[in-house]
Amino acid sequence: MMTIIVNMLEMCISFSVALLLASIGEMFNQRAGVFNLGCEGIMSLGAFFGMLVVYFAEKAGYYSGWFNFLGFLLAAVVGALLGLFFGLIVVTFRAPQGIAGIGFQMFGVGLAGTLFRYYVGGVQNIKGVTATGIPGLRNIPVIGQIFFSHSVVVYLAYLTVPIAWYILFKTPWGLKVRAVGTHPRASDSMGINVNKIRYEALALGGAFAGIAGAYLSLAQAHLFNDTIISGRGFIAVALVYFGHWHPYQILGGAMLFTLAQTFQAQVQSSGIAFPYEFAVMLPYILVIVVLAFTSKNNKMSPSALGKPFNREQRV
Amino acid sequence: MNCKIKSMLKKNVSHYPKQEENEGITSLTMEGITKRFPGLLALNNVNIEIGKGEILALVGENGAGKTTLMNVLMGLYQADEGRITVNGKEIKFKGPEDAFKIGIGMVHQQYMLVPNLTVAENIALGMKNAHKLYKVDMQAVRKKIDEVSEKYGLVVNPDAYIYQISVGEQQRVELVKTLCLGAKFLILDEPTSALTPQETDELIKLLLTMKDKLSIIFISHKLAEVKALSNKVVILRHGEVVFKGNTADYSASEIASKMTGHEVELPQNTEEDMHGEVALDVKNISVLSDRGAMALNGLNLCIHSGEIVGLAGVSGNGQRELAEAINGLRRVESGTIELFGQEIQNTSVHSVIERGMGYIPEERNIEGIVPPFSIKENYILKDSDNEVYSKKGLFINAKQVQKNAEKLVKEFDVRTSSIELSAGSLSGGNIQKVILAREMTRNPKFLISVYPTRGLDLGAIEFIHKKLLEKRRNGVGILLISEELDEIMSLSDKIAVIYKGRIQKILRREEATRAKLGMLMAGVNDEQ
Amino acid sequence: MMSNKRFMFLYRLGVTLLAVLAVFVMSSMVLLMINADLSKTYYTMIIKPFTNSIHITEVIVRAIPLCIIALGVCVAYRSGIINIGAEGQMAMGVICFTGVALSLPSLPKVVLLPLCFIAAILGGAIWGFIPGILKAKLKVSELLSTVMLNYIAAQAYSLCLRTIYMDPTDKATPQSTRLASGAHLSRLSGRLHTGVIIAIVLAVIVYFLMWKTSTGYKLRASGASERAAKYGGINVAKYVCLAAIISGAFAGLAGGVEIAGVHRRAIEGITNNYGFAGVVVALFGGLHPLGIVPASYFFGLLIYGSTLISGETGVPANIVGVMEGIIIIVIVVSQMILNNKYYQDKVKRWIDKKLNKHTPKEVKP
Repeated sequence: MMTIIVNMLEMCISFSVALLLASIGEMFNQRAGVFNLGCEGIMSLGAFFGMLVVYFAEKAGYYSGWFNFLGFLLAAVVGALLGLFFGLIVVTFRAPQGIAGIGFQMFGVGLAGTLFRYYVGGVQNIKGVTATGIPGLRNIPVIGQIFFSHSVVVYLAYLTVPIAWYILFKTPWGLKVRAVGTHPRASDSMGINVNKIRYEALALGGAFAGIAGAYLSLAQAHLFNDTIISGRGFIAVALVYFGHWHPYQILGGAMLFTLAQTFQAQVQSSGIAFPYEFAVMLPYILVIVVLAFTSKNNKMSPSALGKPFNREQRV
Repeated sequence: MNCKIKSMLKKNVSHYPKQEENEGITSLTMEGITKRFPGLLALNNVNIEIGKGEILALVGENGAGKTTLMNVLMGLYQADEGRITVNGKEIKFKGPEDAFKIGIGMVHQQYMLVPNLTVAENIALGMKNAHKLYKVDMQAVRKKIDEVSEKYGLVVNPDAYIYQISVGEQQRVELVKTLCLGAKFLILDEPTSALTPQETDELIKLLLTMKDKLSIIFISHKLAEVKALSNKVVILRHGEVVFKGNTADYSASEIASKMTGHEVELPQNTEEDMHGEVALDVKNISVLSDRGAMALNGLNLCIHSGEIVGLAGVSGNGQRELAEAINGLRRVESGTIELFGQEIQNTSVHSVIERGMGYIPEERNIEGIVPPFSIKENYILKDSDNEVYSKKGLFINAKQVQKNAEKLVKEFDVRTSSIELSAGSLSGGNIQKVILAREMTRNPKFLISVYPTRGLDLGAIEFIHKKLLEKRRNGVGILLISEELDEIMSLSDKIAVIYKGRIQKILRREEATRAKLGMLMAGVNDEQ
Repeated sequence: MMSNKRFMFLYRLGVTLLAVLAVFVMSSMVLLMINADLSKTYYTMIIKPFTNSIHITEVIVRAIPLCIIALGVCVAYRSGIINIGAEGQMAMGVICFTGVALSLPSLPKVVLLPLCFIAAILGGAIWGFIPGILKAKLKVSELLSTVMLNYIAAQAYSLCLRTIYMDPTDKATPQSTRLASGAHLSRLSGRLHTGVIIAIVLAVIVYFLMWKTSTGYKLRASGASERAAKYGGINVAKYVCLAAIISGAFAGLAGGVEIAGVHRRAIEGITNNYGFAGVVVALFGGLHPLGIVPASYFFGLLIYGSTLISGETGVPANIVGVMEGIIIIVIVVSQMILNNKYYQDKVKRWIDKKLNKHTPKEVKP
């Protein structure tokens, strides 16, 4: 029993990363007033491109750990570009964000699958990021396994939480993001380029989603397939609501959802006679329950969320 | 010259410059400004000029183009034609930040404050020189706020969130904000529209003391303020300058007639008391606002058939909540609302309508009509399952819908090429006529009319007033909620003043004066 | 100066042509990324399925569920709900259909088949009701809740296939026993089945429901402007829920039609992404039954074509997802451009300017 709990907690810490990064990115989007449901698609392409770099390096025979870094970098760049593309659709052309996001998700997931079949062919295992842990500390019983046995990427990912908090609440850019997502007209009257800030937030959010996807393929699954994201992009969007657009609360939410997922993994590996489909459903059910309790009367929500800005539109 | 100002502003980031006062804007002109919106020539070849230390009043009716002109000056709108010169030099503003650099600042009619940021954060938003690479220098912002507060005698609490402070305080924050951004030339867009008469007086006093340090353009359609404050006046009508002159040379009524183009007499309610039965009886109701605060707090109001009761008050004192509560759109926490003796609180919108309620809502574009629906479809919004328009309440009777629309468009003079056009594409006045037609021809027994003439031209206002009086004569009780005291005083039989969710006092038409109403609207009740 | 009517016609035409061009350019860019032979790919995808009768019937077979789902999506969309949960609702329909068909195999067809369809409709309707009530009462975004319900339904379906529905003679494949013939829709030609009639009849019903009845009027009013509908005395929450239920019921029925007409047993992947494609079909068909019927044929073509191209040109079938995504994006963007008065105004003034320049100036005396 003890080992199951320890295993679950250990998995929870490393498996949270993808959700956490994607949600932090989506938080910046939503704080700036853009609801990006295309997150799933961006993650998918991030996962593919991250994996592709390492796959080619391994195939060519000169693989080193640096290629993982290159994979993450490419995923971030692709994600940022996709974020900007989404900006073109919803910021410049002011298309309705919900349905545009769905289109974007189909585009991203479809494109990742298409490119994958052409450039890789079938599912291939890659080496990717290995969990080296922190020397010394990882040998402490229980605590070492739970907290200090992870790869460096995991620690960096958790570090983004306070950094995101600082950016959002202390820097001029964060101040502008918060203003633009709540009262774009006022921001505009103060000489802030509303659309520019939204584009920037989308690029940042896209980069985060791309890295989150790459984490799944490079560090968690060590492969790419069509269903690798399996709704994490959508859960990430829901998490932002759950976390009230605040990095620390989002962190808590990400851990909670991942705990539900690790439960499933533990059930499967322990061989308990329990239909694992129920366990797989659990996080999705949790999302619906959580949304039901957090959606109504949310005073914290950026009040211009989902509304395109048009300076000359007269109110 | 511009460069000089800019470099000086840069140099004097955190310590207030002494020599700055000698500089600034000595003259500003806008020449031949033309601005088009789709289907609307908002400004047509407008020329204005203003010198140092002057207060220019920009006067005109709603929709005359005053705000548009000032938005062009701020760089918020780009003019299609024309040029702006400052101190004799032509300038081009791409956005408001360029205007700030030269020292022009604007307080908008709808306050441009982000509600979930603090006062200091709101001000920091525009203070580009406090934007360091890694953080916002909040200390510099606070210092600047202190300086400005001291210099102009404007006290604000920098740590309060905007949503926590009152409208009057928000206006002070707006002024401080604009001055912190280095404005030496102030544009004030209807600064008194949300204030009580007393707050208005204070503001005027304040602005008069600031006159030596600043130039001011002041947008208003309230002539008393124009007379009290300005030394020059420019009148806009339908996007064109129709008059310029020194304020002192003209009386308020002369300016008024120039503003409207002709001396207008709006219809007056001079009818006799109909002694109707009690139609609507609101007893001691409490209602929460969207934010969960107490919006109506033990409000009582009784209206008889065949009388118009005007509800006067500064907006935001519970008017919207009252109208919504009566119409079943908002939960009533306690108390009762009776319509002809039957309790209607917390039933449903539908059942209130069924009992004979007519409602002309505040936001005509989003509450009164379904914008993408055609005009004819909008006419049956409340009657789609009525026997008249549908067979057995099931299938829509297209012929009847068509006939009804043709009749109403003619009767209420809706200017449109076709009843198939989407209602959202109509002008404000015509949208209001569509709503009016629907509500009045449903033969309501009671009518609630919220800001019915806001932003409309005089022709439309006259039409609406006539229709309301006609309904009164037919024995319909009417609750008229308005922010225009003139409208209330000319139409109402009784005037109720609302303040902080309660009726302060109810006056008969004969007893009501502007001064009395003003005191009541500010919460001063001599009987208490 | 040109007349406003003529200008609007040209403007619409221009934007529509640009939209078609944009879809082609973007799809071609993706195809070039995987070194595909453009002309051959487009030929195989769009022209080839017309070349023989088997292809034509196969396209219609795919168009049937698309059409039924898109009709439901259209009802919901017009009422203010974006139902992207048809995938899950369809799966629930299949689960319920199969359940009834497997447990009552000996009933005569006239009883069994309607019973199965009712079960499928109910299954889908319940799965549609959940996001509907959550949106109406608790303001939960239907975009998120329906996606989650899709995953849940997919797991439920796979659980059923692995356990209670499993064919006892073949424990290796997760699929059900073949259904009794009483639960089959009869075939017309090849695999083309009578479901095509159901789809057409439903299109007519949706048209009448939405545009000729007062219920439809209220549904559309709730979707077009929630606030105005509320002020007009319409119980928006009720109609939003109703729309979600109708939409779910259509998707459930689509699932029933698919299993009764095509597969005749519950197999893995039976929903085949029809739920998402149905959203695209509904948008592409202008959210109107008259447009949805041809649109579903067109997307049936793309989906069938994509199965052909992977064999003939090596382009993976996933390309159809990419194209659907591109089409949604282009449709929503071009809708905004079509209805944007600023763009209209700008273009009109630009054209007027050009026209004035080119008309030779009259010599003034």
